[in-house]
Amino acid sequence: MRFDTVIIGGGLAGLTAGISLQQAGKSCAIVSTGQNALHFFSGTFESLEEAPDRMAALFEEAGIRLHYRKGVRLMPMGSFKPAALALEDVEIFPDPHFSRKALIVSIEGYQDFFSAFLAEGLEQQGTQCRIHLLDLPEMEPLMQSPSEMRSVQIARTMDRVWEKAVREIRLVLKDEDTVILPQVFGLQDTAVPDRIRESLPAHVVFVGTLPPSVPGIRTQQLLKRRYEALGGTYLSGDEVLQAHVHEGTVHSVVTRNLGNHYLEAEHFLLASGSYFSKGLKSNPFRVYEPIFGLDVRQADERSAWYDPDFMADQPYMLYGVETDEALRPRAEGLPFQNLYAIGSILGGTRPEFGTGAGLAVRSAFAAVDRILNAKTESE
Amino acid sequence: MNTTDSFDVIILGGGITGAGTQRDCAMRGLRTLLIERSDIATGATGRNHGLLHSGARYAVNDAESAAECIRENLILKQIASHCIEETSGLFITLPEDDLAYQKTFVDACRQSGIDAEVIDPDLARRLEPSVNPELIGAVRVPDGSVDPFRLSAANMLDAKLHGGQVRLHTEVTGFIRTADAVTGVHTVNRQTGEKRDFHAPVIVNACGIWGHHMAGLAGVNVGMFPAKGALLIFAHRVNNLVINRCRKPSNADILVPGDTVCIIGTTSTRIPFEECDDVAVTPEEVDLLITEGAKLAPSLSSTRILRAYAGVRPLVSADDDPSGRNISRGIVCLDHEQRDGLKGFVTITGGKLMTYRLMAEMATDTVCRKLGVTRACETATTPLPGSEERSYEAVARKIWEAPSTAQKAAAARLGTNAERIRNGRRQDAALVCECEEVSVGEVNNAIERMEVSTLTDLRRRTRIGMGTCQGEFCACRAAGLLARSHGCIERERADLRDFLQERWKGNFPIGWDDTLREAEYTQWIYKHVLGL
Repeated sequence: MRFDTVIIGGGLAGLTAGISLQQAGKSCAIVSTGQNALHFFSGTFESLEEAPDRMAALFEEAGIRLHYRKGVRLMPMGSFKPAALALEDVEIFPDPHFSRKALIVSIEGYQDFFSAFLAEGLEQQGTQCRIHLLDLPEMEPLMQSPSEMRSVQIARTMDRVWEKAVREIRLVLKDEDTVILPQVFGLQDTAVPDRIRESLPAHVVFVGTLPPSVPGIRTQQLLKRRYEALGGTYLSGDEVLQAHVHEGTVHSVVTRNLGNHYLEAEHFLLASGSYFSKGLKSNPFRVYEPIFGLDVRQADERSAWYDPDFMADQPYMLYGVETDEALRPRAEGLPFQNLYAIGSILGGTRPEFGTGAGLAVRSAFAAVDRILNAKTESE
Repeated sequence: MNTTDSFDVIILGGGITGAGTQRDCAMRGLRTLLIERSDIATGATGRNHGLLHSGARYAVNDAESAAECIRENLILKQIASHCIEETSGLFITLPEDDLAYQKTFVDACRQSGIDAEVIDPDLARRLEPSVNPELIGAVRVPDGSVDPFRLSAANMLDAKLHGGQVRLHTEVTGFIRTADAVTGVHTVNRQTGEKRDFHAPVIVNACGIWGHHMAGLAGVNVGMFPAKGALLIFAHRVNNLVINRCRKPSNADILVPGDTVCIIGTTSTRIPFEECDDVAVTPEEVDLLITEGAKLAPSLSSTRILRAYAGVRPLVSADDDPSGRNISRGIVCLDHEQRDGLKGFVTITGGKLMTYRLMAEMATDTVCRKLGVTRACETATTPLPGSEERSYEAVARKIWEAPSTAQKAAAARLGTNAERIRNGRRQDAALVCECEEVSVGEVNNAIERMEVSTLTDLRRRTRIGMGTCQGEFCACRAAGLLARSHGCIERERADLRDFLQERWKGNFPIGWDDTLREAEYTQWIYKHVLGL
């Protein structure tokens, strides 16, 4: 099977690149193992001050609205963190004193939304808080099973019964100016958060839960839908096992599901993520990139990989594949001609692209430009 | 809580020795108080293999310890069945070992009363498929495994059922004394800062390696040698039988299965006293444990490691040997009135997790002699609370009509005490910890009845955070339940940070592959997603 570009990894970086290339008339195949960092996306683009126009446009066309406002956001355990660019679900306030009196609503038996922590955090800001637990009979089947009261399962049920939840909230709402809800609304029906806002006579703020992240999964689904609508091929639940490389040029890759139907392409994008997504792996001796055996910048001594303080910025998190100006990685010092590394597999090796979601989007655009220009040059 | 501050005996140290001593004293009718600086089983008690020794390991070099072990082994199987798994064990000879040692070993075992049976290597491979297939000899012995947290908690619970009082997170800052006697202790609660004095005619020092410091506070000297032992916990239960090397005891030559995991250890390094509070495992120790461990069970080299940790053995030098050349691993019970002319002070140390009951009996005998109490010890025949039934399946069926897997797991952890778990409300069955199947009801039971004030305390009593995810998801859920009980969110946030830090301390020495992957994910969740 032959494509213009094969993209390894279906997270934010891979999908951003895939959509851009399809829009430019290139045919792409994305190989995705299934889970990626979007499933625990916090909803803010940490290292982006503002959305680049092409990013805003790309997301808008996929049905994802972003908003930009410098300020703070309310975190699930009650603290406030600076934010600027976020999914529309995530409210950004000018300062933490956004409410005089808030009603925090959770769901009976749901352990993954931290209402007491939120209340304490808000009370420190002078917000008076009351907690209400929704008791919906529709949740009963989930409660019967000891491990079903989790965000995605609740969100699936909520897609059906959110109106009922809103009616109950209206009944218990007194003089609170704000209602705080867990992000378990609008998994499939993206209009739901807006409609909840319209239906309640108070300001509605959605706050994150323990992953999986409902807005993150929705973002992933919308980007994937957009990519497929543009004609892109998305191979889900598959994995690249090995690559055929000759003198620095990648000719094809082998996947678990396709066997000897190799995926051939002009260009290859490596968007396979960091440790969590297994784009980077490690053993007692080194951190390595498992598909191409790329050079990975790292400390030699294992003891230097870590900071004993758990919450510190850990050295190993900055490790990533070494690339040239054009984002092309190297193996044993030799550069690749048609392979580009994007997203968190770069670790901290390209600080100019930022970190997290910002790194994914910016490096994806940079690589896409290289690929499109390379094509023009060769023509 | 009773507000009296006078007791018949005060026991210092909430490890297994202190807990066992309190139980014994309380069963003999004494009014007891146990004081622990931190939580139960935080010292060497919870930082070893969890091996229920048959005594075979000591048979050749230390017949007395071997005989003690096998006697206590048989007793614990009767009185602490819910804390014990009768796995049996193998002593294997590898091609690089001297097969002639096997005969010496078996003869010594038999002389100490240990049932040691030479079996064919083929049979050993069938009994224990994970064993190094190249073994050239095997001996089967009645080794097993013991859960030190459960055992400590059960002893403490029984002491309380006999009227004993327990003060955790309480540090002794000094002794109240007359010219020739100690009569009480000054303490400070490390969580509340409250200072309080307690009085008793006899005080038992059961502080393990910290007993050296405690004796110093009382004005006497106990010569001790802190010996660090490092261990690794693997994420799967690779072996079902304990596997030992049949040779002179050495590094990393015991692999013990326990619950859902297995543990390889140990090393032995002398460390300064100052390091006892915060022992670290070095990369060299990790590498040695993996290399030697793989000789017992080759699949260990490709099995995920969950955690590295180390304990400090409270070894004691004989009184006439200040140089420390003659270090004994046996039990040391010192009556400081006879030894140093200090009345009312007893030190119980040395020994092993395995012989804690005997140590407690010796200490309690000394206490009773001082107090003129003649009642005999009954701990060898009275089952611990939770161990009244032999099989956890039977326990579970007695409590619940059709027990779920989580309820069976709870019955295995708590024995008959599982019946206290509340399950009236719908949400009580919801799982807090999916790796170890710990329910909301079980967590609340521990919080209400088992002296839990932190997440780390909770881990020792329920196994929360001990599974493959190492607390990634369950820690914040449990924090929610704990916060509800004590009502202080700020304290719980700090507690959650401490819990994650404590996990990381055991994770980064083995930080590669899936461990590194989980660590990255956990930090992402707590720092960036939840904003802890």
